[in-house]
Amino acid sequence: MSGFFTSSIGRKYAMALSAFFLMFFLIMHVALNAVSLFSEDAFNQASHFMGTNPLIQFLMQPVLMLGVVFHFVMGFILEIKNRSARVVKYAKNNGAANSTWMSRNMIYSGLFILIFLVIHFLDFWIPEINTKYIVGDMSGLHDGSFRYFHELQHKFIPIWRVALYCIGFIFLALHLLHGFDSAFQSLGANNKYTKGLKGFGKAYAILIPLMFIIIALFHHFNH
Amino acid sequence: MNLTLKIWRQKDSKTKGQMVDYKVTDISEHMSFLEMMDVLNEQLVNSGDEPVAFDHDCREGICGMCSMYINGEAHGPDRGITTCQLHMRMFNDGDTITIEPFRAKAFPVIKDLVVDRMSFERIQQAGGYISVNTSGNTQDANALPISKHAADEAMDAAACIGCGACVATCKNSSAMLFVGAKVAQYALLPQGQVEAADRVKNMVAQMDLEGFGNCTNTGACEVECPKGISLENIARMNREFLKASIKG
Repeated sequence: MSGFFTSSIGRKYAMALSAFFLMFFLIMHVALNAVSLFSEDAFNQASHFMGTNPLIQFLMQPVLMLGVVFHFVMGFILEIKNRSARVVKYAKNNGAANSTWMSRNMIYSGLFILIFLVIHFLDFWIPEINTKYIVGDMSGLHDGSFRYFHELQHKFIPIWRVALYCIGFIFLALHLLHGFDSAFQSLGANNKYTKGLKGFGKAYAILIPLMFIIIALFHHFNH
Repeated sequence: MNLTLKIWRQKDSKTKGQMVDYKVTDISEHMSFLEMMDVLNEQLVNSGDEPVAFDHDCREGICGMCSMYINGEAHGPDRGITTCQLHMRMFNDGDTITIEPFRAKAFPVIKDLVVDRMSFERIQQAGGYISVNTSGNTQDANALPISKHAADEAMDAAACIGCGACVATCKNSSAMLFVGAKVAQYALLPQGQVEAADRVKNMVAQMDLEGFGNCTNTGACEVECPKGISLENIARMNREFLKASIKG
């Protein structure tokens, strides 16, 4: 396997594998968030479990961070390399004639997702880390009851934040609309199941971000 | 029809080029694009100007020599054709047509619209062949049973004429459709499977060395390929490369 990951195809595999990992994480994330639509108590219990379980906190969370950082860094490295493969640009290029906007602009949708992630981390992850590991309060309680559901609702009171999150999820959908199929192709999976997979990929790319949008809107209108 | 042509002019590989405007008149819609270029060149020669250099050979869509980027697309706006098969009926009277060379770091411009595609040749030399004993005891290829499905797929991959439209079209200047086709063409047949691991590793290494970009699966190459080479060939190459890398 020496030199595999420094080759162009090896880098494709690496991008695809990290994409699969992140796409699986998105399912977990949206499923947990969707619980908040139905039951405050169940959402609190699930959040407390996720936020205090050592396996999730000290193994899964760092692995996830690594996956996110790797996918972004690798994406930018590949973009720089790819741009350097054409020194003189075309005076006229009709990209729309042969490819989708999403496929040609993964770097821009990815960049917007990165900006969104920074905001999302500042909103939720950093305050959580501060409460648990700097203040040292692992109880998950505030005024005698679990704080998670109320914190979630409180965050989505300002309409500007809801709008910002919706825009972030739209870019996520655009990224996934190409990324899902692309990951399979990169792993060499182009066969009789590809047509079905493309359909599933479209559904995944639209439904997952849509679910996140519904959750944000739900808490904005129901706080 | 009367047309305005915006053509990339570049004296040689060391000189900086630029787009230059030309007018051509009375162009018949039945002419091929290259015949229209011939008319322009005749006009330029008659007026004492340097004719536009462009690659062409068979003018039948077989050799893969013609290589123009017309109105933002490799081989122009039609599908499944090379530049020589493009006809002027695809354009309208009064149109402005932009004509550029195939652009990629690995395809340096030699002059005007002529680019050096020897990088493809070097990739082929790195493994795009099978080793056969030619001492007089060569086995007849038909003696080996090959399934119709595999033979058809190999033949489809072998249809690649190495024109470079995939590289020119790809936003990353990736050569993976070309290399994928060459790898798949042999990997599908028993004669090619003997050296399959070395072939894919050597051809991919040479492709990377030449400075082509990475494939990001936009699928533009498949759409613009004059021979309809499928993205399945890239997927097959990826599988072959992984298999070869695991074997060591």
